[in-house]
Amino acid sequence: MYRYDEFDAGFVNERVSQFSDQVYRRLAGDMTEDEFRPLRLMNGVYLQLHAYMLRVAIPYGTLNSAQLRRLGRIARDYDRGFGHFTTRQNIQYNWPALKDVPAILAELAEVEMHAIQTSGNCIRNVTADHFSGAAQDEIADSRPYAEILRQWSSIHPEFSYLPRKFKIAVTGAAHDRAAIRVHDIGLEVRRNDKGEIGFGVFVGGGQGRTPMIAREVREFLPEADLIAYTDAILRIYNLYGRRDNKYKARIKILVHETGIEVLKQDIEAEFERIKDGALKLPAEEVARIEAYFAMPDLPARPATSAVLEAAAGADPELARFAEVNLHPHKVPGYASVTISLKPIGGIPGDASADQMDLVADIARAHAFDEIRVSHEQNLVLPHVALDDVPAVYAQLKTLGLATANAGLITDIIACPGLDYCALANARSIPVASRLSERFGDPARQAEIGPLSIKISGCINACGHHHVGHIGILGVDRRGEEFYQITLGGSPDETASVGNIVGRGFGSDDIVDAVEKVVDTYLAVRTDADEPFLATYRRVGDAPFKEALYGA
Amino acid sequence: MQQIVTGNRLIDGVVVFRGPGGSWVEAVDAAEVLGDDAASEAAFAAAMRDFANCVVVDVALIDVKAEAGHVVPLRLRERIRAEGPTVKSDYRPDLRPWDVRQIG
Ligand code: SF4
Repeated sequence: MYRYDEFDAGFVNERVSQFSDQVYRRLAGDMTEDEFRPLRLMNGVYLQLHAYMLRVAIPYGTLNSAQLRRLGRIARDYDRGFGHFTTRQNIQYNWPALKDVPAILAELAEVEMHAIQTSGNCIRNVTADHFSGAAQDEIADSRPYAEILRQWSSIHPEFSYLPRKFKIAVTGAAHDRAAIRVHDIGLEVRRNDKGEIGFGVFVGGGQGRTPMIAREVREFLPEADLIAYTDAILRIYNLYGRRDNKYKARIKILVHETGIEVLKQDIEAEFERIKDGALKLPAEEVARIEAYFAMPDLPARPATSAVLEAAAGADPELARFAEVNLHPHKVPGYASVTISLKPIGGIPGDASADQMDLVADIARAHAFDEIRVSHEQNLVLPHVALDDVPAVYAQLKTLGLATANAGLITDIIACPGLDYCALANARSIPVASRLSERFGDPARQAEIGPLSIKISGCINACGHHHVGHIGILGVDRRGEEFYQITLGGSPDETASVGNIVGRGFGSDDIVDAVEKVVDTYLAVRTDADEPFLATYRRVGDAPFKEALYGA
Repeated sequence: MQQIVTGNRLIDGVVVFRGPGGSWVEAVDAAEVLGDDAASEAAFAAAMRDFANCVVVDVALIDVKAEAGHVVPLRLRERIRAEGPTVKSDYRPDLRPWDVRQIG
């Protein structure tokens, strides 16, 4: 587990008391909004459409039950009983009062959490595969590396005022569940033929206004060079990244304008200069951090569970849940359980205080006290014995948390959009809800198979629409909500940016349009084993265009 | 063109509207409707003094239509600010979602 060390504790406590003082002075009228705004943003407090919004960091999406219970308590005591999990593996509160924020931050600090580095042009919360440390296919747990990067980047004096925000993601498996190719730096843990651990390094990915897939700059970076190499990339970016134009300031633009080969030479030259210095990562240090993330002691079990099989045999809904929401675990007899925050017709990523309490209780009783937040806006119990799945399922069901749709068409990512976000052009959540209702029938979802819909309320792309198999972007057309459809995006190791299929659709027509796309896919796929993305890549835009717009 | 002045209350961020007499009210229907440019300018200037005095933030003039005791902002964004989110959830009894098509 992430151990917030004494340095962190001291720093966070100091920050809380500093910010309490600043809030006090602001409310007393001793500080102007211009003076205060940067200070509140540094502490994760935004002003949104209806109220302030507080964004709390969940490093690499890892929580224990005490932390989740505390997040629930904050939702209950200071907000409207809910929190919203985001695509950055963070949680946002939509209605905190400014006067309460110091108390909330103090409550967070008690469980070793904070809102630092959730805003501003710094290195943001490092994200990771939500099945890290549990997935059968992983080479190594990605979180120790994410933690090493977090420690290095935290309050790094040189990198607190970058040209623009900077996002790093790490995956421990060749199958990329952390969308590393759409991050400023993406790292994939790899093993070379000598059996050593290292990283594939990708640079310059991103979404937003100018979506780009990251380029590989190192096929195998030895583990010991992780920090030095990342540091070299940041230094080059800090030196050459544009500060004159906010829209051109991300490293992806630098990669694009300078060319990857030139940039790679610059990075390598900088790396050569610093690699044998203080940034060398000793194996003992990696081992020390890894110890914090050690897998809990999982008692040996048979690979299959008679208990689960019998229960699933008697309850088709449980059978479907087990089929759809369990992910293969590296230890026989266990699985990672996805807790879908996408009830049919509901709000993607929202969880109530009671739901958070319940998941915390279940994690304690059945999941070795571990919880993860996925960038898909779901929760995950990484280590659950198959024998315990029926009990976990039964408890989840009591509060509407047992929706069997992980990875299916109703597992929709949606940003807060115009219902909450001050930057939005159009609403996202109601579109997600309507689509979820349209496709909610379990048999229909099963027939459609793996298909991701991702919705953003503006070009900032917090809802990852560029990498949705079906992406939906809300735009404002003369004061009306309007939705553009992209097809063929993907965030994984075959990453691609979706193509705009044609002119957009009004709010009344967008759900029907998506249904046409889905029906077209069902009609043209070779068979039920060809998923949407494969079909799209095989046949291209034409049949979809025709279905949407006629010949 | 009818307008009202809006902002967010500094202390808790709640959306407020400038009412008659310069008070800040939470109900959009209670906002003072400004009928001409001179009235808008005067109200906005007064609101900016409240901004300077740390009462409200994000002060803005917005276009509305006032009819039969109801004040309806013209832009969808402002309607959502005034009426609250349009989202619904079976698990959130606190939510009273509204249909944007029914207002205005
Ligand atoms: S994509 Fe746009 S509308 Fe959606 S949360 Fe991000 S900034 Fe707001």
